[in-house]
Amino acid sequence: MKLTGAQALIKSLEMEQVEVMFGLPGGAILPVYDPLIDSSIRHILVRHEQGAGHMASGYAHATGRPGVAMVTSGPAATNIVTPLCDAYMDSIPIVAITGQVPYSVIGTDAFQECDTVGITMPVTKHNWLITDANDIPQIIREAFHVATTGRPGPVLVDVPKDIANQEMDWYWPEKVDLPGYKPTVKGHPKQIKDAARLINESKRPVIYAGGGILKARAAEALRELAELADVHVVTTLMARGCFPDDHPLCLGMPGMHGNYTAITALQRADLLITLGARFDDRVTGKVSAFAPDAKVIHVDIDPAEQGKVRRPDVPIVGDCRVVIEELIKAVRSEQSKHAKPDQTEWHAQVNTWRHEHPLTYEQEEDGPLKPQFCIEALRDNTPDDTIVVSGVGQHQMWSSQLWHFNHPYTWINSGGLGTMGYAVPASIGAKVGMPDRTVWAIDGDGCFQMTAQELVTATAERIPVKVAILNNAYLGMVRQWQELFYGERYSEVYLSPDLPDYVKWAEAMGCVGMRVDTPEDVVPTIEKANEINDRPVVIDFRTDYREKVYPMVAAGSSNDDVILGPSTDKAGGR
Amino acid sequence: MSRMSAEEHHHILTVHVENKAGVLSRVAGLFSRRGFNIVSLAVSPTDDERFSRMTIVVDAESSPVEQIVKQLNKLIPVIKITELASEEGVERELMLVTVRATAEARSHVTELTAIFEAKIVDVGFDAMTIMVAGEPDRLDAFSELVRPFGIVELQRTGRIALPRIARQPVKLRAVRTARA
Repeated sequence: MKLTGAQALIKSLEMEQVEVMFGLPGGAILPVYDPLIDSSIRHILVRHEQGAGHMASGYAHATGRPGVAMVTSGPAATNIVTPLCDAYMDSIPIVAITGQVPYSVIGTDAFQECDTVGITMPVTKHNWLITDANDIPQIIREAFHVATTGRPGPVLVDVPKDIANQEMDWYWPEKVDLPGYKPTVKGHPKQIKDAARLINESKRPVIYAGGGILKARAAEALRELAELADVHVVTTLMARGCFPDDHPLCLGMPGMHGNYTAITALQRADLLITLGARFDDRVTGKVSAFAPDAKVIHVDIDPAEQGKVRRPDVPIVGDCRVVIEELIKAVRSEQSKHAKPDQTEWHAQVNTWRHEHPLTYEQEEDGPLKPQFCIEALRDNTPDDTIVVSGVGQHQMWSSQLWHFNHPYTWINSGGLGTMGYAVPASIGAKVGMPDRTVWAIDGDGCFQMTAQELVTATAERIPVKVAILNNAYLGMVRQWQELFYGERYSEVYLSPDLPDYVKWAEAMGCVGMRVDTPEDVVPTIEKANEINDRPVVIDFRTDYREKVYPMVAAGSSNDDVILGPSTDKAGGR
Repeated sequence: MSRMSAEEHHHILTVHVENKAGVLSRVAGLFSRRGFNIVSLAVSPTDDERFSRMTIVVDAESSPVEQIVKQLNKLIPVIKITELASEEGVERELMLVTVRATAEARSHVTELTAIFEAKIVDVGFDAMTIMVAGEPDRLDAFSELVRPFGIVELQRTGRIALPRIARQPVKLRAVRTARA
């Protein structure tokens, strides 16, 4: 069967079971948009290519399937670089397809030409420039394989316009053969045995669960392991929801803005059972002072993570789910042979920390609206399996701290890259993938202004997401650092609460816009928003700009130096 | 000199890669992005046209070799990496050097060339170009000795290396083996 390269590309995407893609056409990708009309694939027309990338990311987060974005060459390709880098940092499977000027004129500085493959090389797991239409099915097959296996990540396929118009004989490759790419899935049995022995011998073990648990669909296995070994679990920013917050063994989020108990349990542990986490600086604080007495078991599918930051005592390369399932068997066998040490004292210690250092804030009845109060009200007035999507900054930390995530894949945010403006497009992608679930974006006013135009997409495509803007009129996290570390010298962080008028802006984009100034209006407005299901909703919560995220470990400090909030920290309080 | 102490941190990686467009760029980009230092780099075809061999001398001071190797292995076109410690490999390098050699200096330079079993490949009125091949130390020594005459231009290929043929049990550390 003769097909054009463009037809072969769309057919290949169908063969990969792509149901939806996010994109925006332009000159070089025109040939590929033509056969799309006849395809079963739903295309969502974005308003900016960055939106396409983040939507693909939100979709992938929520569904576990690769997100697909398609844009044209030059400026469109550069606009999608940020989402690719974001997905690379957070190991999100995305397949980006970019148009390119005709292969015959590459290198001549043609209109809308840019070296997309060169630019995206360091922010993709791999990328391809197609030079022959006959390679299209093979390369698309490889692209999906690379994006979704091993440590997932974004890939990019650059398609020159003349290649898209070239005729080829259709085929679908039986298999992928990449001699330089064979991820290790199964852990080494001896290492697993060693790990099980360490787990059974340890007095103060903590499971340090990272985003790899979610990527490996290992939430259930993790729960079984934690319960079997009776070990507390901390869930990193990328792992929130992989272990239920309501579970008695759950300690919540560690790190720079983690809670006291999670941070301190890691610090005092004699064993870190690290599962799909990468010792990010936001988790470890000063690396040399991190968990100083702990031995480390490190399970990761990416061998390069072993020993990159912290040298593990027992490295295990493999898929988290497969390894944990083996680990469960090994721990069981270990338990049948040796009694484990008494951990009563450790558990009592952890509980003492929990009671002495809860997360706190105060909402005065007539006082300014506290952002934490808004988040808790949202949490308590939405379904338990609501998908929460956040941007980056204070609102992100409060959401992660205060929400009770009891289901995997209910928390979507930009962790590694810290991409402001992530929430709106990612929430749209999540809602497209999970149309029956309630999706709330919790956003900051700074973040919202970066990508809000995608709400036009949401209205046009009937994707009823809900957005809560915690509008404190500042780039809040930057303000917090300027207050704490730059002697209250506020440099370029003020945004204004009224400019833009968020309600009118929302309405102009076809959404319902509402504004909340006082605590008593919070719950009724959320209830109103919950009833709207035919269009997006935006709530402008006017929050107290003075509120800061606590606890906090200052950048570069040891995790022993947790700065607690003013209401619990008598010395630093006011 | 400092060169000797620096060399202790040098490791030779032989990297088999798919012979495809952009592979050098991927490898070089990885080194710069991760802050690894390349001391020298030589790329050449192998007896199998599907693959090329890169001989990369890395500075293990800048980052642990283990991390460099693991990150390199993540590149899809990288098939196999072999790490050679100096005593486990045969290394050679080639240098072309144009030395100022007026009539009176010419015989001195020619003498040095003979001692080093080097070869004069071009001669002019007041300069000559010499080719030296051998172990990197030898090239260093030669360039030191001709420096007083005046070096006009100098170029080195960078090291290439192969593992020594094992007469005892193999000490090669295959970091990753090629799988079919």
